[in-house]
Amino acid sequence: MTLDPYRRTRRRLLLAPTTLTLLLFMVLPMLLMGWMSLLAPDTYGGVRWKEWSLDAYVQFLYERDLDDSLTLNSDYLQIFGRSFLLAGFATVVTLLIGFPTALYIALKEEKTRQRLILLISIPFWTNLLVRTYAWMLLLRNGGLIDSSLSWLGLSQGALDVLYTPTAVAIGFVYSFLPFMVLPIYTSLEKMDWRLVEAAFDLGANRWLALRRVILPLAMPGIVAGCLLVFIPAIGSYFIPELLGGGKSLMIGNLIQNQFGTARNWPFGAALSFMLLALVLLVMWIYTRRFQRPPGE
Amino acid sequence: MQASNTLWRFRGVTPTAMLAFVYLYLPIVVLVVLSFNANRIATLWTGFSFDWYLKVMDNDNILRATKNSLIIACGATVLATSFATMAALAMAGKRFRGQAFINAMLGLPLLVPEIVTAVASLLFFLALGLDLGLLTVLIAHTVFCIPFAYLPIRARLEGLDPRLAEAAADLYAGPFATFRRVTLPLILPGVLSGAMLAFIVSLDDFVITFFVAGAGATTLPVYIFGLIRMGITPEVNAVSALMLLVSIAFVALSYWMGQRKS
Repeated sequence: MTLDPYRRTRRRLLLAPTTLTLLLFMVLPMLLMGWMSLLAPDTYGGVRWKEWSLDAYVQFLYERDLDDSLTLNSDYLQIFGRSFLLAGFATVVTLLIGFPTALYIALKEEKTRQRLILLISIPFWTNLLVRTYAWMLLLRNGGLIDSSLSWLGLSQGALDVLYTPTAVAIGFVYSFLPFMVLPIYTSLEKMDWRLVEAAFDLGANRWLALRRVILPLAMPGIVAGCLLVFIPAIGSYFIPELLGGGKSLMIGNLIQNQFGTARNWPFGAALSFMLLALVLLVMWIYTRRFQRPPGE
Repeated sequence: MQASNTLWRFRGVTPTAMLAFVYLYLPIVVLVVLSFNANRIATLWTGFSFDWYLKVMDNDNILRATKNSLIIACGATVLATSFATMAALAMAGKRFRGQAFINAMLGLPLLVPEIVTAVASLLFFLALGLDLGLLTVLIAHTVFCIPFAYLPIRARLEGLDPRLAEAAADLYAGPFATFRRVTLPLILPGVLSGAMLAFIVSLDDFVITFFVAGAGATTLPVYIFGLIRMGITPEVNAVSALMLLVSIAFVALSYWMGQRKS
């Protein structure tokens, strides 16, 4: 039943600005990036447009010696491995802190719940760079944590935690905690708590009710939270840069170096493309595994 | 209601939640307190002082960066919010072919790691031969602000009774009159909250701006990053604290507005 013959034209006109902007400035640049990763680098940055080359991807695994022979080089693989490890660690720890926090909020009265959610969202919407800087103040030698520990007599000498992977992990857990709490809270809030009551009536203790009723029902939120922590963490750039120092570089830092000091655009594009492929793969697994209609 | 039932208390939940809140706010509080520190050494407290704030207000580079940030955030907010409102109106109602594709595209800026978006945009602008500056930053910010503006508007439209627009049409209102007199007033809270999110996201962005800004369009976060890399000083504390307070004020304001409307 179409009352309005101009409906389709109108819809197209309404969609045009958004679709064109996203196609032109989001999709096309990604494709260009993939293309550039297959070209040869120019001497001072840039690419040689007519020279195809797989060097960027070869460079990821091998080192080219003076006589043009290839030897295996695990430096970049190690950086990818470290990124996985730190992002995975951050995901696990935010889950361990985030789930009880979301549960705590979900069990409060309506009014308190709204206030607590506001408290969780404020850090979420405040500048991450500035909050990372605040951790530098806290973690540095002579900073608040260092001086409190030595005042309490709990540490000998300097803390020496800033510019280590530990500092990066602390920064990750801190930055991404709201990303974990909010989706879990959303799924707990929608839950029918009478189901848990029924579990108690049927003789379940708290632990069993948590494991068999609450946890499965909160699963969509938990999975969404894990993705929201893992994806930004693995590509993160300035948290490792500021808190990790030179020894905790991650994929993001490696990519930045290729456009800064190294001036190897195809390699930078190839690394970005691999990161993108990784994220899309994770998302693809997620949609296949968790987005099926119930009952299938 | 649920809290009164002692069965609901799980061991360890309350202390963990308390720890989480302390963890989230400790750095913010420490930063703000230290920004009032009189001592030249940023983390050694010797007394209260406003000096660093005065120094920040007096710094031409900071003022210029703030101006850039505001110009870009306002421009990106206006563009992203109007585009998103139009798109949300088109996406509501009957399903059509290609809708899933547009949905996926709208999710892209949220899904793709920022550094990848930044690199892709940089390469694209350079390949087009565009000079890096305010324009390139404005384009990039508009792109990633669109989904942030879109989601609240879409949510608001979803809760809307389609019969209201039909009634307007029955009363001989044209599509534009229906939008202006019926739909827009009803979705306005969604549009405003979308605009606020877009503004704050643009104001806070660092990674993408860092790549596509070039030398002439330094924004406040990019400037702060440069300062941090040179070292920890009381000036950085003050300008960072200001940046935090602006964001917090914004979030509190949008919360308050949301409370009033509903």
